[in-house]
Amino acid sequence: MKVALFIPCYVDQLYPQVGLATVRVLEKLGVQAEFPEEQTCCGQPMANSGVAAAAQPLAEKFLDVFHGYDAVVCPSGSCTSMVRNHYAPLVGTRPEYEKVRRGTYELCEFVHDVLGVKALRGRYARKVGLHRSCHGLRELRLGSASERMEARYDKVGALLRGLDGIELVELTRPDECCGFGGTFAVAEEAMSVMMGKDRIADHARAGAEVITGTDVSCLMHMDGLARRQGTKVAFRHVAEVMAEALS
Amino acid sequence: MGTVDSRRTILDALRRASPPAAPLPEPPRGARLPADPVAAFSEAVAAVGGTAVRVAAAALPEAVRELAAKLGAKRTFVGPAGAGVGDVRLDALADPHELEGIDLAVVQGVFGVTENGAVWVDTRPLGKHRGVFVIAQHLALVVPATELVANFHEAYDRLSFEGAGFGLFIAGPSKTADIEQSLVIGAHGARSCTVFVVG
Amino acid sequence: MTPASEAGRTAGAHDDFDRVAGPGGHPERAARFAADAARAHWHDQALWFVRVKRDRAASALADWEELREAASAVKAHTRSRLADYLEEFERNARAKGAVVHFARDAEEHNRIVHAILAERGVTRLVKSKSMLTEECGLNPYLEARGIEVVDTDLGERIVQLAHEPPSHIVLPAIHRKKEEIGDLFHDKLGTPAGLADPKLLTEAARGHLRERFLAAQAGLTGVNFAVAETGGVVVCTNEGNADMGTHLPPLHIACMGVEKLVPRMKDLAIFLRLLARSATGQPVTTYTSHFHGPREGGELHLVVVDNGRSELLADPDHRRALACIRCGACMNTCPVFRRSGGYSYGWTVPGPIGSILASGRDAAAHRSLPFASSLCGSCSDVCPVKIDLHEQLLERRREVANRGLLPWPKRLGMQLLSVVLRVTWLYALAGWLARVALRRLPRSILYAPANVWGRHRELPAPPRESFRAAYRRMKGGADGHGR
Repeated sequence: MKVALFIPCYVDQLYPQVGLATVRVLEKLGVQAEFPEEQTCCGQPMANSGVAAAAQPLAEKFLDVFHGYDAVVCPSGSCTSMVRNHYAPLVGTRPEYEKVRRGTYELCEFVHDVLGVKALRGRYARKVGLHRSCHGLRELRLGSASERMEARYDKVGALLRGLDGIELVELTRPDECCGFGGTFAVAEEAMSVMMGKDRIADHARAGAEVITGTDVSCLMHMDGLARRQGTKVAFRHVAEVMAEALS
Repeated sequence: MGTVDSRRTILDALRRASPPAAPLPEPPRGARLPADPVAAFSEAVAAVGGTAVRVAAAALPEAVRELAAKLGAKRTFVGPAGAGVGDVRLDALADPHELEGIDLAVVQGVFGVTENGAVWVDTRPLGKHRGVFVIAQHLALVVPATELVANFHEAYDRLSFEGAGFGLFIAGPSKTADIEQSLVIGAHGARSCTVFVVG
Repeated sequence: MTPASEAGRTAGAHDDFDRVAGPGGHPERAARFAADAARAHWHDQALWFVRVKRDRAASALADWEELREAASAVKAHTRSRLADYLEEFERNARAKGAVVHFARDAEEHNRIVHAILAERGVTRLVKSKSMLTEECGLNPYLEARGIEVVDTDLGERIVQLAHEPPSHIVLPAIHRKKEEIGDLFHDKLGTPAGLADPKLLTEAARGHLRERFLAAQAGLTGVNFAVAETGGVVVCTNEGNADMGTHLPPLHIACMGVEKLVPRMKDLAIFLRLLARSATGQPVTTYTSHFHGPREGGELHLVVVDNGRSELLADPDHRRALACIRCGACMNTCPVFRRSGGYSYGWTVPGPIGSILASGRDAAAHRSLPFASSLCGSCSDVCPVKIDLHEQLLERRREVANRGLLPWPKRLGMQLLSVVLRVTWLYALAGWLARVALRRLPRSILYAPANVWGRHRELPAPPRESFRAAYRRMKGGADGHGR
């Protein structure tokens, strides 16, 4: 299986440790993934702003870069969802589209579903708050959403739960949005800030030492708030948690 | 009123806008009737703020009298045969406004729904006084213990609406939570709802 | 007789919301609401509580998700034959003695209702909840013509006495604290000063409204469901106000949008099992009243309204919004609605569904609404009729952009960003510049007021290098991908 790494633009440029952790996790699990250097951005910010015309060239570029791979693995639920769920109107008629759509995975779902790892073996002795980022949850269905009456499942939680010493804390609102929402963070500043602070408070009240999740965007937003208000909690992407646990 | 033009305009606009055909599904059936329907129904009535009381048919009039006494009811209307006699006779009232002042209305229920504690009431026998169930300060419903259905799907299997008339499901007493989400029993309608499950 | 400016003015007109929420779009109004953080959190908690109750009620039904699917399918089928079902409904309603009227728009609706009342000399009308009549601005229309309109749903009466619009379609006064309601009742109903006990305030309202019910010459209700098979209309209330208002006076007017139709009585079961659980977390409302024809010695008038619904039906992207059964669950689950309140949306129906419907009516006036969402998707998961709410919000964003309604800095910014991101080396350069800026620029520049992010948040700590540079170094360029 030829596997490519799709590292979101802002992770590539501002959170390289998350990309490196992703590489490490995959290697530990026996996957040698390539990083096609032509990649840039999936186009989500433009698409979410309603400017499909600005998103389209990026979607085209994405297909050009990744169509030769059997699987594309991405440490981001929202970017993965952009490709899987929102590329049809942009590039749906291209022959490469279907293969790329079906083969693009968020990191945890790749580990859980494709590699078949249902629980990780390793050590991570911390109290961890799992932030269930919205796109991963409700668009990729990485776990059951609290609104839906369905059998409870949680791919990310399953991977982490078995780690030695880990305690996944219990939140009062297990899957409320953190308020990042892309340009929402700036356009609806008051809402974004209040939502983010409320999430942090929920985790803090539950005793989380580390807040983790599948999307750096959410973590970046909450980390920004936490640092400004002086809340002592660390933010680590699940790739970093997994990499540390596996090392 | 509302011109023939408006009717035609709206119907034409709706026809022109018709989405592609989509099939009409058969509704799901829901869960089956619980093993102990009366217990399940009683629990459901309590959950909506009512009180279910199991009585033998012969004991019904006494149970109604007791309820009226407990509520301090001065004016009582008793509709169902076999539930005793009240002091209000509907045929003596010229206008439904005269229903005001009834402390307790005892009304026949046709069947009960175990999933949610609702009772189907057909008001056609009440004629123009069909609103007695909501105007009375307190309400009691009489439901045969054998007439309990599992859910609304079974309920509508039993109902037909051939002619004109007013019927409703009543589930417990009148209530509201409009002030800071505090549940208050007895908004505009009945302050209490007692369901006599008979038989 | 009718001032031209009054005719057809819809409630939820902008001046109403400007008055209660201040000027601007959602961001400005939401910011004002959130500025009182304690109050915003109180509002958030109140509505979250309703969401939790909904979850409990939904989980009690093993076939909840099956029901949602069935409800969605029934509504989709009904939409595909809406004209046929409307004709069937009309036929059956008339056969049972109801009079059926048709109104193309808000103004015609108001004229019809007024004419029915005026012809019978009605000056005292009681109303139970109808968002449709809010949409049409019925109350001010009738009041301007000498008809006293008393809203009888407790929440609606509270906001009516306070001269403000409802802030939620099911819980109209959820934005009001009990002390404020106590003050209002002291002022308008003569309750003791300082009384804030919900039970006692409700008791006072009961007495006050009972007088109105008894004195009313006509009752007007909305319609939750209209059944084509039988020509009947179903009205659901907890308080009994629809019943108090319609069994006493000899005239009942029921107003409904065309989308309220369902084909058969048995289809009602699906919706009734979903409605109250979604709206308030109860298994069912206290009263589920089925009106077939008028009462003995009375009249029943049904006013069927289009007012933009046929246009919505014609829109393949948004017709599914017509499935809405007005339960309010999307509002209760929306993290933004809870923290900004209904008034921030500036339209009769707020929240996720309101944002979709309002944008359809006036894309320019409501251009901020599709963006008043983080697209978290909770609304879509909670909607009992499975409307793809968050996807329609995204579609509305596309429409805002296509109509040239995006603020030019945003549009330009996205276009520029797209140009940069299309060219790998340009993208890498931009990233490098960002890291340099983060590393070198003083806080006074980095966190200048223009940096909206920086007002409440620290910027990311700049890494020494990008991932691609670190990866390239790691791999030593040996695998042929390094450059």
